[in-house]
Amino acid sequence: MIEIKELHKSYKMGANSLHVLKGLNFSIKEGELVAIMGSSGSGKSTLLNILGMLDEADTGDYTLDGVPIKNLNETKAAKYRNKFLGFIFQSFNLINYKSAMENVALPLYYQKVPRKQREEKALKYLTQVGLKEWAEHLPNELSGGQKQRVAIARAMAAEPKVLLADEPTGALDSKTSYEVMDLIQNINDQGNTILVVTHEEDIAQMCKRIVHLKDGVIVEDKKVEQVRAAQYVQ
Amino acid sequence: MFNKDRWKEILEVLTGNWFRTVLTAFGVFWGIFILIILLSAGKGLENGIMQDFGDIATNTMFMWSRATTKAYKGLPKGRSFLFKTEDVQAIRDKVPNLRFISPRNQLGGFGGANNVVRGLRTGAYNVYGDYPEIIKQDPMSIIDGRFINYSDINEKRKIAIIGEGVKNGLYDKGEDALGTYIKIQGVNFLVVGVYKKKSNDGDGEEGQKQIFVPFTSFSQAFNRGTDVGWMAITANDGTSITSIKNNIMGVVKENHKVHPDDQRAVGHFDLYEQFQRVQSLFGALRFVAYFVGILVLLSGVIGVSNIMLIVVKERTKEIGIRRALGEDPWSIKLQILMESIFLTIISGMAGITLGALFIYGINTLLDMNGPVDMFANPSVGLGVVIGALAILIISGLFAGFIPAQSAIKVRPIDALRTE
Repeated sequence: MIEIKELHKSYKMGANSLHVLKGLNFSIKEGELVAIMGSSGSGKSTLLNILGMLDEADTGDYTLDGVPIKNLNETKAAKYRNKFLGFIFQSFNLINYKSAMENVALPLYYQKVPRKQREEKALKYLTQVGLKEWAEHLPNELSGGQKQRVAIARAMAAEPKVLLADEPTGALDSKTSYEVMDLIQNINDQGNTILVVTHEEDIAQMCKRIVHLKDGVIVEDKKVEQVRAAQYVQ
Repeated sequence: MFNKDRWKEILEVLTGNWFRTVLTAFGVFWGIFILIILLSAGKGLENGIMQDFGDIATNTMFMWSRATTKAYKGLPKGRSFLFKTEDVQAIRDKVPNLRFISPRNQLGGFGGANNVVRGLRTGAYNVYGDYPEIIKQDPMSIIDGRFINYSDINEKRKIAIIGEGVKNGLYDKGEDALGTYIKIQGVNFLVVGVYKKKSNDGDGEEGQKQIFVPFTSFSQAFNRGTDVGWMAITANDGTSITSIKNNIMGVVKENHKVHPDDQRAVGHFDLYEQFQRVQSLFGALRFVAYFVGILVLLSGVIGVSNIMLIVVKERTKEIGIRRALGEDPWSIKLQILMESIFLTIISGMAGITLGALFIYGINTLLDMNGPVDMFANPSVGLGVVIGALAILIISGLFAGFIPAQSAIKVRPIDALRTE
């Protein structure tokens, strides 16, 4: 599903240049649940941004579902993001003045899906994350865990190839973290490819594979025995 | 563009911060309001002045003779001369495109001694010897009887058309003036008509105190021979009297052996030139109105632009999210542009509406309190309103352009990092 080869990325900081990614190689198959771990500054967020077409690599190849992602202009990048990717952010990034359902329906709106279908679909995904009753509520009326669940529903709404989660539990307490991870595992069980960036060991253990980044290189890439989050959730 | 969701969003954004939206809108509102008021005030002034011109044929000049200031053909300077009736025919023959040439003679004048007697009553009035055409150059409405005609001229009938003011002075109230005689400097004239002039404020009263008699009868009765006191000359429409007045004066100069370069021997008053001068004054006024109005509007538009920039800045993160979710940058740009245009148009419409109400109020006040000097019926045309709307749409577009550009200039990754 995802293939990267010799990925390099450096940032200019005034006169200095900061080499963040130093030639990464790896691939992710369909249906995988991969955790990308590393301390801060290891380059994990940069990698995720490049995978999410929010940022561009300096050199190297990136292929997503057989499509080479290269030299994208903004319009095309927006189209690919909409079609291929679903984002889950640490700070939820819901739009404040839109209700939960409208938030979930946004990617569909950008796909020019008619309003009625959009709402049906949004409601379906909200039901899946257990927030059907909260559809008409604004984000600031929801708890952190609920917000993240809305965000997950939103990421799924466009039925993307890959879900990219950037520290999805970073702003949540451990109980809600496990609830969110449980949801992510369930989505993965349905066959969706998910990439989770985290620095929490227990969250990483709930994935099926852990890629360890350190100073811009992959130091470890191992399959793990998945810990089900459900056992922590009552 | 007519997308329910987009409009919903525009309204959500604009109503999100009412106070700020209203303040911003006020700038544009005020600009268009000032523009409308200035234009209508200019129009009011124009209407007022034009009313003062009344129905007088404006393509007209008046011409009279004075002492010569140059010796010519053996004649000394300082010589007085008078126009003759032959001059009228000469002008008619030699200068094309003239509509009316009315030679005139006059008796009496403002503050003159009593010159008209009827029974026991006397009065001092202006008495004019005139041709029938004068009524088309200096319009008056005949409210009783008739005006001079060519039979009167040819047969030198001693008839008179008197003004309403004259009738009030010489007759009892309700008395019929037609068929009665008045004595003008000892000569009896039969009253055959009563006229009324549209009030030109200022000399309105004076305008009603005139007596018109046929030119030929006047000359005979008061021993003027073929003398002509002055002439009122009107050119055809499409030819300005200003452009041919030198030809006309050239003809009379030639007839009276006046040096062609003698500028002062023939006095004249060019109504058309005055009229044009007033017209160009209004043009200048309109220009000032547009200039000031559009500048005020511009400051309002800059205000809108400014606020839109702030809105974009505030929404940087939101824009980042939307782009991460796959919204087309053009769609975001369009959104910002539409917000800006919408805000501009709404506030502009409010300005136009209130301006119109204001004008309406002024008009009502004017109607209630009677006419005011040099000001009447302030108004703006539909063309101006449509023009103002066009200005609004264009300025809204300009106001939104820079913010829209800055909205999509930020890369989504940077936008997302903004807290």
